[in-house]
Formats: sequence, structure tokens, C-alpha cells
Amino acid sequence: MSDVTLDASAANPEAAPRTAPVRSTGAMAWLRANLFSSWLNTALTLALAWLVVRFAIGFVDWAFINAIWSVPMQGTVPQTQICRDLEGAGACWAVIGEKHRFILFGTYPYEEHWRPLLVCGLFIGLYIFSAMRRFWTWVLVPVWAVTLTVIGILMWGGILGLSYVPQERWGGLPITLILSTFGLAFAFPLAILVALGRRSKLPAIKTLCVVYVELVRGVPLISLLFMASVMFPLFLPEGMNIDKLLRAQIAITLFAGAYLAEVVRAGLQTLPRGQYEAADALGLSYWQKTGFIILPQALRLVIPPLVNTFIGFFKDTSLVLIIGIFDLLTAGKTAIVEPAWQGFGIEVYVFVGAIYLVFCFAMSKYSQDLERDLNQHRRR
Amino acid sequence: MGETIDHEARFASAMRTDAPPAIVLQDVNKWFGALHVLRDINLSVATGERVVVCGPSGSGKSTMIRCINRLEQHQQGKIIVDGIELSDDLRSLDAIRREVGMVFQSFNLFPHLTVLENCTLAPIWVRRMPKKEAEDLAMEYLERVRIPEQAKKFPGQLSGGQQQRVAIARALCMKPKIMLFDEPTSALDPEMIKEVLDTMVMLAETGMTMICVTHEMGFARQVADRVVFMDRGEIVESGEPEALFSDPKTDRLKLFLSQILRGH
Repeated sequence: MSDVTLDASAANPEAAPRTAPVRSTGAMAWLRANLFSSWLNTALTLALAWLVVRFAIGFVDWAFINAIWSVPMQGTVPQTQICRDLEGAGACWAVIGEKHRFILFGTYPYEEHWRPLLVCGLFIGLYIFSAMRRFWTWVLVPVWAVTLTVIGILMWGGILGLSYVPQERWGGLPITLILSTFGLAFAFPLAILVALGRRSKLPAIKTLCVVYVELVRGVPLISLLFMASVMFPLFLPEGMNIDKLLRAQIAITLFAGAYLAEVVRAGLQTLPRGQYEAADALGLSYWQKTGFIILPQALRLVIPPLVNTFIGFFKDTSLVLIIGIFDLLTAGKTAIVEPAWQGFGIEVYVFVGAIYLVFCFAMSKYSQDLERDLNQHRRR
Repeated sequence: MGETIDHEARFASAMRTDAPPAIVLQDVNKWFGALHVLRDINLSVATGERVVVCGPSGSGKSTMIRCINRLEQHQQGKIIVDGIELSDDLRSLDAIRREVGMVFQSFNLFPHLTVLENCTLAPIWVRRMPKKEAEDLAMEYLERVRIPEQAKKFPGQLSGGQQQRVAIARALCMKPKIMLFDEPTSALDPEMIKEVLDTMVMLAETGMTMICVTHEMGFARQVADRVVFMDRGEIVESGEPEALFSDPKTDRLKLFLSQILRGH
């Protein structure tokens, strides 16, 4: 028997020396499996790679290599001829350098720009503070109240030696942050109440909530904004006037509330009946049951669609441009109305888009972390 | 009918003590739509009495005990728990739910709270107990159901038997006068049924007033003062477990016993 074993390689072709098996791990293996597994895949990979590289080179050329970062001034008029001579081959970032303060702060008095800048800083600080879970206690309430009061004082002025700035002159990023922060801060609790109301056993409350959601959701945001800005003042008694920004704010809050209410309701419906029964059997009151058992579970489940809606509304605040409020996007559009800078829209929109992207990406990233942290109990 | 109910026997055990009965159901009727699920239920449970309710599925036994803490509402008759009549008055309902603990077939623990938080939530918020005291009490009961080491875990990390023992501890933390068990072992794997039944036997030995809906005849024999057999929404027969099981008077109980004994 032993010679058979020794001679196996000759006798048995199976045992002949073989080439090493194809690697199944590592970068090369991954590329082979995912990008070059067939001739069709290889062709697609190469074609797309060519497009990506071409686009990337084109963008780098436009945004950096051929870009012009500043233009000479003649008196107060910028000489933009050298930008125009590029004919689109390079970006004219000079428009941002020249106009960034207008884009960020609109028609707010130039020498007072530190005030809206500080306001933006306060907003961002407030977001970061509120995002930390160790501060999720009652301490948030005074912090928000104080910060929002300071923001109001800074924007309006008129006291503490600050000059008064009427709301019509506010603009740019602070408007976008004010509309979305107040809008979502009020819309979210409203949405929770409406979602609970839609499941109420009391017919009057239930009907009211259903009518609210269906009415508001069935109308475009633009028409709500128009109603708030044009029609609503007609119903007010003579001489009474509610701030235009406040009216837009209310319209946005109501609109966001209706959408968020449906998201929250979806979360409420996923909870099994046993959770309600266990809470009832322990003698918890309606609000204890809702606050400790139902909402904590329901809201965790709907974090992704909630943040989806939040991000959507952050960007939808730009619709206020149609009623003449100067948010970030409107300020950007207005910045290039000046004859010297006409035609440099792409640069301005890239700049404005980047600001929106930073905020939206931060929200998205934060929600992913939150979802992971808060759903630890569902991991085994 | 041939299925007469011996009223004397039914109230006999309630008469043994002078204390007022813990639970009285008087001519209770309930319908789910057109379905008549409880028919003229009369039942009186004395303080400290342990009653096992059995019967085929759909016989109304779960509905009956769910009426006792008003998870379901009855439409006719009277239910008096701990001297308080159940009505639409929310204050009397709160008072009753504070005194009646319930254990469910599907545990119904709160998955987002730890085992300890599950046990302390109601004592803190309903009984207004200081947090430290509630935690000490919870640990005491978790030790009694023999899982103190799981206090910091989430329910999803525990086995079914452990979860049900936590559910029992959670109910006990409210220091109820009465405990209701709604098929507590029906959702468990066979090897876990014993640990839950042992916990219930231990509880019975403390003199707790208990109503258990269960098919565990061994448990009924061991701890029940009285077994109530229900079928099609009525109480068909009731009596001491040994007498009831060895000498069933009605055909319906005979049939039921033959079915569950075959299953064992």
C-alpha cells in the first residue's frame, strides 16, 4: 500500500501539482469579483472610470487650476473682464470673495455684520449642545430659552447700545437657520400631539387632527406661504400687522407638523398592543404611558424618516424667496444681480449648495449615530 | 342541560375566611360585537385564595381575567375588586390597577428599558416611591425570582423563561394585593416552563391572592384552592382540583380533560 501512496502523483492525476487557488481576499480579489467579473462588467467599469476621471479632471481644472481668486478694483467697481475672458474654462471665485458677506447676511447693515455672524455661531453651538445626549435633561429648556432670546436681541437690537435693525433688512444664513430651527422645534412637538390625537378615542380630537393633516398636506407649501403673506393680512383688523417672517414661520411650522405627524404615527402603529396593556396593567397614567413607554420606542423606530423630513424642510425653507424673504438662497441670487457680477451664478450656487450640504450632511451623520446608540437594546 | 352549577360549592372557599372577598364577579356579560364571550359569570375569590382557570381556547378565560383589571370592559353585571366596583371612573380604575398585578402570555416587558428599569418604573411614577427605595425593592424581587445578575441587561438579551420571571418581578414591585396570570407559560419552551412555575409556586406560598389561567394541571394540583373550568363563555364546573380532575361531572370537562391529558 505504501508505494501506492508514494507514487500517488504519477498514478493519480488529482494529486498532480496544481496552481495556487485564485485569491478570494484582498483588494485585487475584490476588484475581480465586483468590477471585472465578466466582459460586460469590465466594459462598464472602464467606461464609467473614464467618465469619472474626465469629470474630475474637468472639475479640478475649473475649480482650482484655471480659477481666478480675485479681481482688480477700479474705485468701487470690480473689474470682472478677466473672469469673462475665461469663457467658463475656470471658476471666478472672486465673486465669493467679493460677495460672501452679502450672501451670508443679506442686506443687514454692513458694519453690524458681526451680529448675524454671532447668531449663526450661537445656532451652531445650540445644535451641538442639544445633540449631546448627556445634556438631554431639563437643562435644555433654559439653554434654548436663553440662546433664542440672545439671538433675538442680536438680530433686532434696539437695546444694550445695539442699533435697531428692522426685520426687512435681515437676510442670508440667519434667516435660513431661524426658519428651520423655530419651524422644526415647534413642528416636532406639534406633530407628536397630532399623531397621538389621531389615535385618540375622543372623536372631536381625532377629527380635528385628521382634518389638519389632510388639509395642510394636501396643499403645496408655496400656496401656504402665499396665503400667509398675501391673504392672511386681509383677514386682520385694520392697523394690526404681524411680522412677515413670523407669518412664513407659522406656515412652515404647520406644514412640517403635518408631515412629521404622519411619520410619528407610523412609529406609533408599529408598537404591539401588549406594550400598551402592560403599561395600563401597571397603573401608569396616559401621559406616563405615552412618555415612558410608547414614544421612546416609537420615535426610535422612525429616526430615519424623521431626519429625512427634517432635511427636506431645512432645504424647503428656501421657498420663502417667493414671498420676498431674504434667505440664504435668495441672497445668493440677489448677489449676482449687480451688473459687474452678472453671469457668475454657478460659483454662487456652488457656494450656497456647499453650505446647505454641510448642514444636511451633519444631520444625516448625527442621525446614524443616534440610531445606533439608541437601538442598542435591539442588538443581542 | 345536565350541567348544573353547584352554587354552594362555588362560594364555599370564599366563605372560609371572614375577610371580604378580594374579587367578586356578579352576572358579568360581555360581547365582542355579536359574539357573546362571557355569559353570566359569577365568581368570588377570597383574599389569599388561589384559583386556576382552565378551559379550551376561545372559552373566555383570558377575557374574564382581563376584565378584572379592565383591560377589557364588561357590558353587564358587576365586578368588585378589593372593595372597589369597576366603573368608568378613572380614579377607581387607577386604584384597582395599583393593587392588581398582571403577567401576560407574551411577557410584554418594555424592550427599551433595562430589567431594573422595567421593575422600578411603575413604583417610582405610580407609587411615588423614591428611586433608591424602588431599586432596592426591585433587586429584592429579582433575587426572589433568582435573576438579580441580569438587572442591567435589556429584556431582549434574556431567555423566554427569564423574561417571564422578570415580568413577575415587575408586577410584584408594585406590591399588589392580587396577581393575575394570563397563560404565563404558554409561550415558553418546555424546559423553561418549570422555572416559571417554580416562581409561581413560591409566590403562592406567600399567601398572595392569585388567579391563573393555565393548562398546567400539575401546578393546579399543587397550589390551587379551586379550579374553575370555563367553556363557551360560561363557568361550567368548579371545585377543588383533585375532586374536579378525578371526578368530572360534565361531559364538557370530561372531554377537555381527556384532550389535555392526551397531550401530556
